[in-house]
Amino acid sequence: MKTLPRLFAALLLLCTAWTASADDLVARGRYLTLAGDCDSCHTARNGRSFAGGHIVATPFGAIPAPNLTPDRDTGLGGWTAEDFYHAMHSGKGHDGTSLYPAFPFTSYTKVTRADTDAIFAYLKTLPPVKLANTEASLRWPYSMRSLMASWRLLYFDEAEYQPNPKQSAAWNRGAYLVQGLGHCNECHAPRNTFGAAVTEPFLAGGLVPVQNWYAPDLSMGPNGGLSGWSEGDLVALLKTGRSNKGTAFGPMADVVIRSTQHLDDGDLAAMATYLKSLPERAPPRQRESAADAADLAKTGQKVYADQCAACHAADGRGKGTAYPPLDGNSSVVEPTGINAIRIVLSGGFAPATAGNPRPYSMPPFSQTLSDDDAAAVVTYIRQAWSNKAASVSPNDVRAYRSIPGG
Amino acid sequence: MRRLFRRLAVTAAAFCAMQAMAADTPPVPDTLVQRIAACTSCHGEHGEGGSNGFNPRLAGKPAGYLHRQMQDFQRGLRHYPIMEYTVGPLTDDYMREIAEYFSAQEVPYTLHDAPVMSPAATARGEQLVTKGDPARGIPACMACHGPNLTGVQPDIPGLVGLPYDYISAQLGSWRTNTRNTVAPDCMKTIVGRLSDADISAVSAWLAQRPVPADAHAEPAGSVSPPLRCGVLGGGT
Repeated sequence: MKTLPRLFAALLLLCTAWTASADDLVARGRYLTLAGDCDSCHTARNGRSFAGGHIVATPFGAIPAPNLTPDRDTGLGGWTAEDFYHAMHSGKGHDGTSLYPAFPFTSYTKVTRADTDAIFAYLKTLPPVKLANTEASLRWPYSMRSLMASWRLLYFDEAEYQPNPKQSAAWNRGAYLVQGLGHCNECHAPRNTFGAAVTEPFLAGGLVPVQNWYAPDLSMGPNGGLSGWSEGDLVALLKTGRSNKGTAFGPMADVVIRSTQHLDDGDLAAMATYLKSLPERAPPRQRESAADAADLAKTGQKVYADQCAACHAADGRGKGTAYPPLDGNSSVVEPTGINAIRIVLSGGFAPATAGNPRPYSMPPFSQTLSDDDAAAVVTYIRQAWSNKAASVSPNDVRAYRSIPGG
Repeated sequence: MRRLFRRLAVTAAAFCAMQAMAADTPPVPDTLVQRIAACTSCHGEHGEGGSNGFNPRLAGKPAGYLHRQMQDFQRGLRHYPIMEYTVGPLTDDYMREIAEYFSAQEVPYTLHDAPVMSPAATARGEQLVTKGDPARGIPACMACHGPNLTGVQPDIPGLVGLPYDYISAQLGSWRTNTRNTVAPDCMKTIVGRLSDADISAVSAWLAQRPVPADAHAEPAGSVSPPLRCGVLGGGT
């Protein structure tokens, strides 16, 4: 008769162990949703967490991000872990439809089954929110979902991340995060006519469609967008939003706030280790400068001395982590000139993070600088010191005057 | 001994040279004012308001009100692109600190030009501000914003010392759904009962109103709002 209490005790122990590991699974899942920045698309502005409703604007039309809470009718309530893996790994919905690549399954396909299971377990613990998904409003012919079959054939390789045995554990962890959940190449690459991100070369920088910010090349070699950065600078930027080499702004500020500042130091260092190993780039091809570029830059030098030098210094080296250097800054010399134009017009705060809770800021100059003066000063900083980028024109400035942030 | 002096002199010279170099690049002041250049470049270093007849005065407005406006811009309830962009990357704690800074500033008011109104419009403006229009369910501005229109702690803003363009744009924005806040939005209800002519009249009358000698907001609890307002804790 002693066996009964023993059995009971054993069962209790088993249950406790099972609950503890379930808690671990949920905690790990939550962490992985942060690494994947899932909530930045799946939460509407001022909306309930993960309840969807945020509209992802694409050149092909608007795609609403769906509800990921476990509501049975409108969310993932009827999904299994298998369904969820299928969506992440294969880009196919619960009912087998091809998902649009605004959902970055092209990157998420690298995520392991163990990790998608953890994410799914976490999503299952969220309070269910009844919020029906709205239909995508894509232009014809993109509205024909059947076209996705050809798109997938051309641009989608379904494959989990395969560790490279020649590289360290840290490198592999970094590569897994950057290529997979981090989905960095979805922004840091040009997109072709059909909206597919270029993967060769990988992370070589590109204009983010519709948002119109240029996401710079992420390689750290001589011609790289992060040339001159140390791995520590990169970790500082991802952790706090600022570094000695540059400050996160535009869409990247949001990525730091919602995602990377929450990652542990080991993972951030691993990402830096991987990025450090990206192959060296060919020298960038710049547009031709306008015929009057030299005059523009001359005017720009005066504007710079009056308006900018107090913070960014006459030699363009900036001031510590408060005011980033402009000399050698990839966001100043990126091929389009859009980032510098938009920051001059709109200024703004560095992202407020746990590591930098009271950030410094830059005044918006849209009310004080004319199109001519803004074009002049942007041309100047793109060509001063060691910078050798093409000039920008007053017309380029005009195009961005009315859209701060975007 | 001489060697010691020489060494001392060299050290002193080097020290002075270093000081001079440091003076070339003064360190970035670790102050809130330095940090919030993005705010002060339009609203003034002390929140005195811009000279362009639009950027509103922030100085002395109750902190709860200023904080709420930043939250509303951040959540997309109140729309103004450069403000939504600017407060976007801030934490709630930082926004509260900034609100408290501007709220605590004491700077003289400036009066802005306002359009010349007909005597009838002036009378209508005064009526709406001081007595309201009970027949149409419009309470007096003073009923909530205080007998001197200087606001009430901690959530109700003052209406004096604001430019005509700013006041009329805000009243208009409640109507065009570009200024919202937590429900029930009593200002939205009231503006829905104002005609276009009422908006002009009340904006012009307020913009011309002399600023009282004591322009501080009234103490908390000194008014009893005639409508339920979400921003005053009267939510559903």
